[in-house]
Amino acid sequence: MNRAPLIFLGIFFTVAFSWTGIVLTNHLMYADLQPVFDENEGRAFPQPLPGDALRGKEVYRDLGCMYCHSQQVRHPGFGTDIQRGWGERGSVARDYIHERRVYLGTMRTGPDLRNVGARFAGEGGRNWHIQHFYNPTEVSNVTLSNGRTYGSIMPPYRFLFRTQPIIGEPSPRSVQHLLPAKDQPPVGHEIVLTQRGEDLIAYLLALKDPPLYPEEARRVYVPPAQPDRGEPRPGTAPESTREVLQ
Amino acid sequence: MSATLTESLRPTATPELAKRVELSAIDASTRGPVLYFLGSSILWLILGTVFALIASIKMHAPEFLGDSEWLTWGRVRTAHLNAVAFGWSVNASFAVAIWLMARLARAEVRHAGMLTLAAVFWNVGLTIGIFGILAGDSTSIEWLEIPPYATPILFVAYALIGAWALITFRFGRSQHIYVSQWYILGALFWFPSIYSVAQVMLLLEPTRGTVQSLVNWWFAHNFIGLWLTPIGVGAIYYFLPKVLGKPIHSYYLSILGFWSLALFYNWAGVHHLIGGPVPVWVQTAGIAASFMMVVPVLVTAINHHLTMVGSFSALKYSPTLRFIVFGAVNYTLTSLVGSLASMRSFSEVVHFTQHTVAHAHHGLYSFFTMVMFGAVYYIVPRVTLKEWPSVKLISLHFWTVAIGNIAMIGALTIGGIEQGINMNVLPTNPDGTAGEPMAFLNVMAQTLKWLEWRTYSGILITVGHVAFAINFAWMLWQPRKPGITQPALFRNAPDMEVAR
Repeated sequence: MNRAPLIFLGIFFTVAFSWTGIVLTNHLMYADLQPVFDENEGRAFPQPLPGDALRGKEVYRDLGCMYCHSQQVRHPGFGTDIQRGWGERGSVARDYIHERRVYLGTMRTGPDLRNVGARFAGEGGRNWHIQHFYNPTEVSNVTLSNGRTYGSIMPPYRFLFRTQPIIGEPSPRSVQHLLPAKDQPPVGHEIVLTQRGEDLIAYLLALKDPPLYPEEARRVYVPPAQPDRGEPRPGTAPESTREVLQ
Repeated sequence: MSATLTESLRPTATPELAKRVELSAIDASTRGPVLYFLGSSILWLILGTVFALIASIKMHAPEFLGDSEWLTWGRVRTAHLNAVAFGWSVNASFAVAIWLMARLARAEVRHAGMLTLAAVFWNVGLTIGIFGILAGDSTSIEWLEIPPYATPILFVAYALIGAWALITFRFGRSQHIYVSQWYILGALFWFPSIYSVAQVMLLLEPTRGTVQSLVNWWFAHNFIGLWLTPIGVGAIYYFLPKVLGKPIHSYYLSILGFWSLALFYNWAGVHHLIGGPVPVWVQTAGIAASFMMVVPVLVTAINHHLTMVGSFSALKYSPTLRFIVFGAVNYTLTSLVGSLASMRSFSEVVHFTQHTVAHAHHGLYSFFTMVMFGAVYYIVPRVTLKEWPSVKLISLHFWTVAIGNIAMIGALTIGGIEQGINMNVLPTNPDGTAGEPMAFLNVMAQTLKWLEWRTYSGILITVGHVAFAINFAWMLWQPRKPGITQPALFRNAPDMEVAR
């Protein structure tokens, strides 16, 4: 009695089944999502990242930032993301269509970063990131009711900075004026952000999703059924919703 | 028919001397590749444990090695994962699978050179890969971090092993396919299929948007479900009846367990994306499949338990049995926790927390790694014809890793649930309205004590791994003593026959 062929068939079909269902079906369904043109703004959204931010994303990859920081906002009513100010809306698949590599993340040892560019923006945001990368524990801390102060457990990224002797004019990129007294370089030296550090901060400043696209406003946020308008059959959407669903 | 069935249930209960001799010849033929794979797996285990300790200490003392870019948390954690998943687990799986395949097919290993070459390729590829991760070439795709320049080397290794397995299976003398072989054959086919599809769809020709995340978790969960789990469960199905010297309780339950696992585990990976920007229907399908995993898990648990019933006293004697039973019990527990954690309401709280880390270690360590330890304690004496030099070291190994496991997984499970409640549940004001969420830094501060626990339990586990490695090296180096008939047991069993 040799059941080997049957076993092999079963082994093949089970994995083919899940690949078809999870991967292929979804690939066919929505891998070709397109940006949406906004007539008022005269631009299509989402917008691709600028070049320096794209280089920064490579630094984000190589340092493994995504193992502590997710990049997905949960929808209102599921978790507390909206209340925390991590976004104005839940993330939708269209937000990610320009990304050659998607870092949704599965861990929140640190906060979600999908819209960190909205929380820390411009010159002030850049300065905060510089101080924070140099010394996370001192920049972010909290004192609990037990009287103890706890600093952030984000590791320091001082290797994204360089201490160098000042030759001639001080560099316009020197950052030591942002750092506390104990971190000042020796006399005649200055601390500058490396190119990788500049790129990483450019990436973080660029992370920000646009307001909800009209398509998703209809599909994802279906308005609640209104029972006073006629008697919708159980299981069917009322007239008003059914229109926009199509 | 009935005779063949009985035989297939009792792979070893063949008292005739002729079969003993045959088994002995088969064992001897596996010696080179099995020891090569096991030796490298133990080296990776030690290295992976060092990475783990560094990562664990860094989580509550971030200035520890803080200025080393190569050992920054995001890299050293990833190096840990790949060293233990692809270094320790896969090398150990190869060794156990090769030995089991040869024994169960009743085929002496032909072309052992193929296997040794595969072992060289696998470990060279992995060394390059982990060096690349520390140097900053990680892909940052979970479970697929090994840089693309190292993966082709791993594929060569895999192709050699797959071809060898087919040859062995095809030319084996055994007419019957024991359930362990089903699992191993499944695993040997499934792993390269999912690995190559994931490589193509994520690295070579990446699909767009969050479809990538679906591919990622379809692969990552199936690496555990379709590679490590079948190897682990297949090993339990072999060693449990083998050490006890009695047949597995029910042949039909083992078939049901195999096919329900093959069908449902495949789909379960999507539960890592619950609440994320992927279609809700596929999340729901993933939750349903995760819940259906209760079927194969309970079926297997019942089958193993009923095999054990009446023989629990053997746990006092046999090191192999003690590790295997610890693993089997935790297979049931971790799978049930996994089914529960995939429920939307539970996932809303514990997703993104240390609970996930606890669950990963529960499956990969308390179940899989413990089963592999048990298998190593059984296999190595038979292929080297030597006995374990120190029973005390085996005992130290068992108790440190068992207590370390329970402490770590307990701490991170409870800590993860606390972290999840603090992070994801809105407190209720006295007037009944929803309050403000706890500030994020407070959530982190509350979690710190659990992270320190992990380091303490990790130190205990490290002690166990060192004891294991010393015992293994000592065994290989010690000269062979002729005429040993006594296996290394915790104490002498009065009436237990331990088949050689």
